Amino acid sequence: MRTRIIFLLALAGTLSAQVSFDRILHADKEPQNWLTYSGSTFSQRYSKLDQITPANVKNLELQWVYQARSLEKFEATALVVDGVLYTVQAPNDVVAIDALTGRVLWIYNYTPARDARPCCGRVNRGLAILGDTLYMGTIDAHLIAVDAKTGVPQWNITVADAAAGYAITHAPLIVKDKVIVGTAGGEYGIRGFIAAYDAKTGKEDWRFYTVPGPGEPGHETWSGDSWKTGGGSIWMTGSYDPQLNLTYWGTGNPGPDWNGDARPGDNLYTDSVVALDPDTGKLKWHYQFSPHDEFDFDAVQVPVLADIQWKGAPRKVIMWANRNGLFYVIDRTTGQFLLGKPFVDVNWMNGFDEKGRPMRVPGKVPTPEGTLIKPGNQGGTNWYSPSFSPKTGYFYIPAWVNYDSIYVKQPVEYSEGRIFAGAMPQSPVPMVRGSEINLKKNTEGSGAIRAVDPNTGELRWEFKMADVTDSGILTTASNLLFAGGREGYFFGLDARTGEMLWKASIGGQISSGPMTFSVNGRQYVAVAAGNALYTFALRQ
Amino acid sequence: MKICLFFLAAGALSAQHSYTPSDVQDGGRLFRSNCVECHGVDGNLVPGIDLAHGKFKRASTDDELINIIRSGIPGTPMPPGNYTEFQAGTIVAYLRSLANVGSGSGIAGDPVRGKTLFEGKGGCLSCHRVGSNGSRVGPDLSSIGTQRSPAMVEKSILEPDAEILPQNRFYRVVTKDGQTVTGRLLNRDTFTVQLLDSKERIRSFVLADLRDDGFVDKSPMPSYANKLTSQEVADVVAYLGTLKGIANK
Repeated sequence: MRTRIIFLLALAGTLSAQVSFDRILHADKEPQNWLTYSGSTFSQRYSKLDQITPANVKNLELQWVYQARSLEKFEATALVVDGVLYTVQAPNDVVAIDALTGRVLWIYNYTPARDARPCCGRVNRGLAILGDTLYMGTIDAHLIAVDAKTGVPQWNITVADAAAGYAITHAPLIVKDKVIVGTAGGEYGIRGFIAAYDAKTGKEDWRFYTVPGPGEPGHETWSGDSWKTGGGSIWMTGSYDPQLNLTYWGTGNPGPDWNGDARPGDNLYTDSVVALDPDTGKLKWHYQFSPHDEFDFDAVQVPVLADIQWKGAPRKVIMWANRNGLFYVIDRTTGQFLLGKPFVDVNWMNGFDEKGRPMRVPGKVPTPEGTLIKPGNQGGTNWYSPSFSPKTGYFYIPAWVNYDSIYVKQPVEYSEGRIFAGAMPQSPVPMVRGSEINLKKNTEGSGAIRAVDPNTGELRWEFKMADVTDSGILTTASNLLFAGGREGYFFGLDARTGEMLWKASIGGQISSGPMTFSVNGRQYVAVAAGNALYTFALRQ
Repeated sequence: MKICLFFLAAGALSAQHSYTPSDVQDGGRLFRSNCVECHGVDGNLVPGIDLAHGKFKRASTDDELINIIRSGIPGTPMPPGNYTEFQAGTIVAYLRSLANVGSGSGIAGDPVRGKTLFEGKGGCLSCHRVGSNGSRVGPDLSSIGTQRSPAMVEKSILEPDAEILPQNRFYRVVTKDGQTVTGRLLNRDTFTVQLLDSKERIRSFVLADLRDDGFVDKSPMPSYANKLTSQEVADVVAYLGTLKGIANK
């Protein structure tokens, strides 16, 4: 009897164990959970769960649906911790759900300030968890800690001034005892930054400005006061390498977006990946993908870390499919450029110099008459999470192909809190929301999942879609790939070949990254589409 | 009193500001770049608002519109736009121009004669529909007078291939048993396509079941350049300009 009581207590303890940073670092040891935005601090969006296989995926069926009380886009990737799923109902309500049944356990409703004005949707992409506390950035640029058991807020701090255009839409990153977030607002002339906050108190530990101020290295790449409104948003969650003790973040466009006349120079550290010491916020290295950008080519992607065989030797790399249409491999210890290759049609550059700087094509700049640029303004890809499968060795990109925009240069003046961008480029493809009706020809922009070999940048296979895609990608140890698109299909492909194995029409545009978890030994796959979260598992 | 006069004068000056055709063109470019995401190309996507036809909720004068374009409407999805007053004015001028475009030919048309031609010699009802008459295979023209300028309509009659709007595209499929079906495209996705075929039947096809499929490049509509005289074309254009759709009740 005594033994049985102890056993029960131990079991209960396991079910409600706190999420230590050690658990997050070793998330691959507990694939039944999804403990951080991209599944691990390496951000591969790859799961070791293998119950669902290419052979049985056709037997997937809907298990439960959570219908959000929100008409905003559902962009969040859920976390799952020991049978409880946590997600965000846009813009900023935290919802805890029984992962087995879909029943809601609690909701924390947060009303952002009326000043909040994120440029491209009142959305949120997810949460972070540490201990018993969830962390959410908000569209009015607050960071809020919420009790994971009850939904009661623990602290709420102002990260930046929403009235000046600052916002947070991405999921925070936990590194050790810190919560790291960055600010969006590059379309409003913000000066972007990444900052770390004490997880227990919300006190700011350090701040790294993505646009350096006077006296700081990189400031010379700006002119006059242009740095004050230089943008450099943080749109997506960073990654972390515990061995190197470096955290990696992608930075957004310089401001104003489509007219760089007032900011001659490279405009560091916009459109870059920055490697920071998570203890101090000091810059270790950077690589700039798109110097002096006038096409809104944010490095708005999750940095995907992997230890791969590079030219026959092991190497710690970052893989990056950028909005500018190029796929990159970068040494993540030093920032050395290793490879850059287009994964869609690109006409604004035609090669790299020996340091990995893109060589520009003359005349491919915004003009008063308009200039056609490939890829178009939303990019060859955008914020949609890619995936890397250590099993296949392929990097998977949600791509927009045959897509271009006409960039028209117009004067632009800064006024606090107002759009500071220039003329929005013209394209046949709607930017952030698709239509229920697609009458486009494929030559006017369509979508694809593209599998790329990181060692060469060569395309290994492609799955074509009639419409473009805003969906992230998930891969699993059983060589499955899950993704979707604007058409509302959620599908499973063979990650080795791209063969379509299963699909379900779930109605709404998929603007989120699929994830997977298991409860009581049964594997589930979840994805948000339209205004709802859908979960699938094998028919029993 | 002086103050009142000043404001009145300022308003009149702004309203009388003249914009060159190039300014109006720039305004159209600004509108298409920044406004169509919410308002649509024709300016009528937001319920209760039809920008191209002077139907606004909170403004009537040019100055009020310029103010809204620049300052937004708090508490609504209408954001402030970073435009100079002149730039905002060109957008308003463009919107005003949409409702006032004349016929390209300059010939005055007779809508009564045009209706007779449309329904008789022109044979237009064999593809087009007006109200409850005619075919549904081609574009429904019941509201064409509110949707397109006379010049645009005239161009479509004389050069139907010059611009085919996406919603008027035709698509052709060939089934595995060799049957060819052509119709106006209703929708398509990665796995399926939906058409309205020549017999006005809604057809849905699974692409995997087809031998071939693809867009029809040319418009099924013939050019009327050699079928109707210039006067007859002007008459038809004048008639189509009278088609304003069903009145709201």
